[in-house]
Amino acid sequence: MRTLVVLAIAIAALFGTIVAGTQFSKATLVPKLALDLEGGTQIILTPVLDTGATVSDTTITEAIRIMRQRVDSSGVSEAQITSQGGRNIVVGIPGKPDQATLDLVRKSAQMRFRAVLGVAAPDAKSTTATPSASATATAKPSAGATPTAKPSAVATPTASPSAVATPTAAPTTQSTDLPAKPTSASDPAYLTPGLMAVFDGLDCTKPENRRGGGADDPARPLVACDPTGTQKFLLGPVELEGKDLSSADSGLKMGPNGVVTNEWVVNLQFTGAGAKKFGAITTRMKPATPPFNQFGIVLDGLVISAPAVNDPILNGQAEISGGNITRTSAATLANQLSFGALPLTFSVQSEEQISATLGAEQLQRGLLAGLIGLVLVVIYSMLQYRTLGLVTVASLVIAGTITYGLITLLSWTQGYRLSLPGVAGIIVSIGITADSFIVFFERVRDELREGRTLLAAIEQGWERARRTILAADGVNFLAAVVLYFLGVGGVRGFAYTLGLTTIVDLVVVFTFTHPVLRLLARTPFFAEGHKFSGLDPNQLVSAGARYRGRGQVARPALAGAAPQVADDGPRLTIAERRAAAARAQAAADGNDAADAGSASSKGSDN
Amino acid sequence: MAAGFAQWGNDLYSGKRSYNIVGHRNRWFLFSGALVALAVTFLLARGLNSGIEFRGGSQFLVSNVSNTSQQIATDAVIGVERAAVPLVSLVGGNSVRVQAGDLTADQVTAVRSALASGYGVATSDVTSTFIGPSWGADVTQKALRGLVIFLVLVAIVMTLYFRDWRMAVAALVALGHDLILTVGVYAAVGFEVTPAGVIGLLTILGYSIYDTVVVFDKVRENTAGVADQKRHTYAELANLALNQTLVRSINTSVVALLPVAAILFIGSFLLGAGTLRDIALALFVGMIAGTFSSIFIATPLQVALRARERGIAEHTTAVLQRRVAAGVAVTASGVPAAITVSAAPLHAGGHLGTAAQPKRKKRRSPGNPKR
Repeated sequence: MRTLVVLAIAIAALFGTIVAGTQFSKATLVPKLALDLEGGTQIILTPVLDTGATVSDTTITEAIRIMRQRVDSSGVSEAQITSQGGRNIVVGIPGKPDQATLDLVRKSAQMRFRAVLGVAAPDAKSTTATPSASATATAKPSAGATPTAKPSAVATPTASPSAVATPTAAPTTQSTDLPAKPTSASDPAYLTPGLMAVFDGLDCTKPENRRGGGADDPARPLVACDPTGTQKFLLGPVELEGKDLSSADSGLKMGPNGVVTNEWVVNLQFTGAGAKKFGAITTRMKPATPPFNQFGIVLDGLVISAPAVNDPILNGQAEISGGNITRTSAATLANQLSFGALPLTFSVQSEEQISATLGAEQLQRGLLAGLIGLVLVVIYSMLQYRTLGLVTVASLVIAGTITYGLITLLSWTQGYRLSLPGVAGIIVSIGITADSFIVFFERVRDELREGRTLLAAIEQGWERARRTILAADGVNFLAAVVLYFLGVGGVRGFAYTLGLTTIVDLVVVFTFTHPVLRLLARTPFFAEGHKFSGLDPNQLVSAGARYRGRGQVARPALAGAAPQVADDGPRLTIAERRAAAARAQAAADGNDAADAGSASSKGSDN
Repeated sequence: MAAGFAQWGNDLYSGKRSYNIVGHRNRWFLFSGALVALAVTFLLARGLNSGIEFRGGSQFLVSNVSNTSQQIATDAVIGVERAAVPLVSLVGGNSVRVQAGDLTADQVTAVRSALASGYGVATSDVTSTFIGPSWGADVTQKALRGLVIFLVLVAIVMTLYFRDWRMAVAALVALGHDLILTVGVYAAVGFEVTPAGVIGLLTILGYSIYDTVVVFDKVRENTAGVADQKRHTYAELANLALNQTLVRSINTSVVALLPVAAILFIGSFLLGAGTLRDIALALFVGMIAGTFSSIFIATPLQVALRARERGIAEHTTAVLQRRVAAGVAVTASGVPAAITVSAAPLHAGGHLGTAAQPKRKKRRSPGNPKR
């Protein structure tokens, strides 16, 4: 009873919050819909190169990836991003996006090279990695300064989680004295308390901090995350721009004698001006202690790689190699670098309102069909469970109400939008939610068949059903969590709905169905097992002796049934056994007479 | 009908009526194997018709329209290519954007003229261009990675929960069976595979595992103390569990299928809500397959795996020998013929509640203790 009140209060609070939200904030009483159901704004962008050259397919793909990264990390809004005609990018954003979202899309992606001033674990609370604190404990054994014939430098990428260190442990620390004015971009004097506070406060485990697209000031230090949220970086001012890089590709590393090794590397080729600047940077960084010997490559506000310098590179040909670069990761990094090397800006071709792709009439028909299906569900459960079916229906209604409320709430607070896949998830959830009740009811019936009284049957059945429901819902929730954290776009929206409905299912069955059934069990209608209650013991009992209470045992009147002494049930009295044997005798003797007295008396075959 | 169904449920529960699913498992494995082979054949022979979201396709823009009904465009595209699922939306105030998957050059021309005549505009007002996939390879890749991680986690969780890796293996085999069948039906019907359909597949994934866990939980309950008794074999107890959950399985799948079936049959075929049909089809096929496989594949497979286990095998032999010794009829096939696996085989009677206790006569009706 108390749980019911709590549930009622919780639901009231949920809707109270939403109503209050509509009054004092911009919440709505209906959930916001995604692009396919509501329509939204379509922005057509054309990537333009300053040089006027044509944009290649890889560039478009990379631009789309960056765009998706920007949009997806700003919530589960399911934007749609496509290329059009091989040169345009079409971004569809549901609803009326605010100015900030539009700006996010329109911004051009910049790649910049900055000196690393600090590296730390991604979460906000972690201690700051001061220059000396970033230990060289995880030094990698390979990828050292091999005696390459050509003067290319070997650098170790450290965007990977564990690697903050380089094999060349530089013992000299040149910048121990702190000048009042920073002398170089690597100068620790940039590490002002204010900046450190910003750095400490940055939580890279939150997706919204990995949105990228940062309009960072080239002249000032920057704190940034890596794209996967495994590290955060404190970076000095910009030293090299993307345009200083002329090309980047990936390939197998050439060994000392021109032999191809099977280690993947990314080769960078700088322009004339870039090579000069890069030479100066690497010369300065070579002797520095980690992490000051690293430079961060920042693309669209995220550190895509932070290699350490092993040798000064004066000829403009650098090589990023080391530990865990694979063929794919080398190719990805090379693509990102080539993309960043382009002086690319996005020019907005058009910005228009578009309607839902799923036409309004189509959606209405679909919903109508879904409604018919629901009515059929009601009819079926009434047929199956009689009055008890009403409990199912009521539970489904409650579950639906809570789901609706939560989705509305989340679309207000989290920017969640309901898409067609989301609706599908909800429709399936009808089945899974109803299943919890069905499992429960069937267990209760099983207990009744065992001969328990209604209240005892409900308790016993609940205990068993609870375990099953928890296990099964747990697996479902696992699916939702995994797909949510690893999926993108539509998959994410679906996972969100699935997880939500699974939790709602648990809440409803625990706080509504079970208490309601217990309450109902006290009413005469159910307790006496009315014919239409769905819990009529007379309909449910067929086999075995059933103890009816008051010392009476109910015996099924099955024609031709041999006396059934339940192996575990109450032993029959001798008189009862004889009576039963007589009855069996009287009945048809076609049965293989299982002799009533012996141990194998259970063999009553039909 | 309901009364008959309830009686049937009672008989299944008590073991009076029993379907020997576990015993005839090879029959079901063969049946499913044939279905899977058929699905794979369709998949290989016809392939999947992936939608515009995966492959890109043609986009038409009809300008200066006065009637902005989306149905006109849908009809125009379907008139040219039956299998297409066009995405139609209004752009600005007086333009219609139509996206359709992979059309040949001739079809593009045909659709253009059909759109022009449908909306009553000049052909020059209908422009067409090629658009790239919105569901790029990276989305698929991420979804697949999520899938693999999910499957590994599920295997671990099930192994821990049931304390038996065989159940996890059986559940995953059943899941694979469901997914292949669903994809096979897609290939056979020739529906366009859209992101919604893929989401439907993911839903099936959850549903199939869920259903299997529910059935397995009953098997676990029934076979908990199998080694402590000598009346029934493991296979018999597992089969009893199947029979006892049969009513649940049927009720659940009917309740889950009704809305989906309504959308698929009433919605798509009678009302013409074409864009919902792909997800509804995936759900419909997948749910049937999921229910089927958790009963006919997962549990028998699990029993087959466990039967190889030494302890279980010895136990089974012991039970059968004991039966022969007790003179129970054994049919020619060697399967014990007349063993009624009783409803609550092992557990001693629990407490039936205070109301079941003997009471003094008179006063209140037994079930209504108004305190």
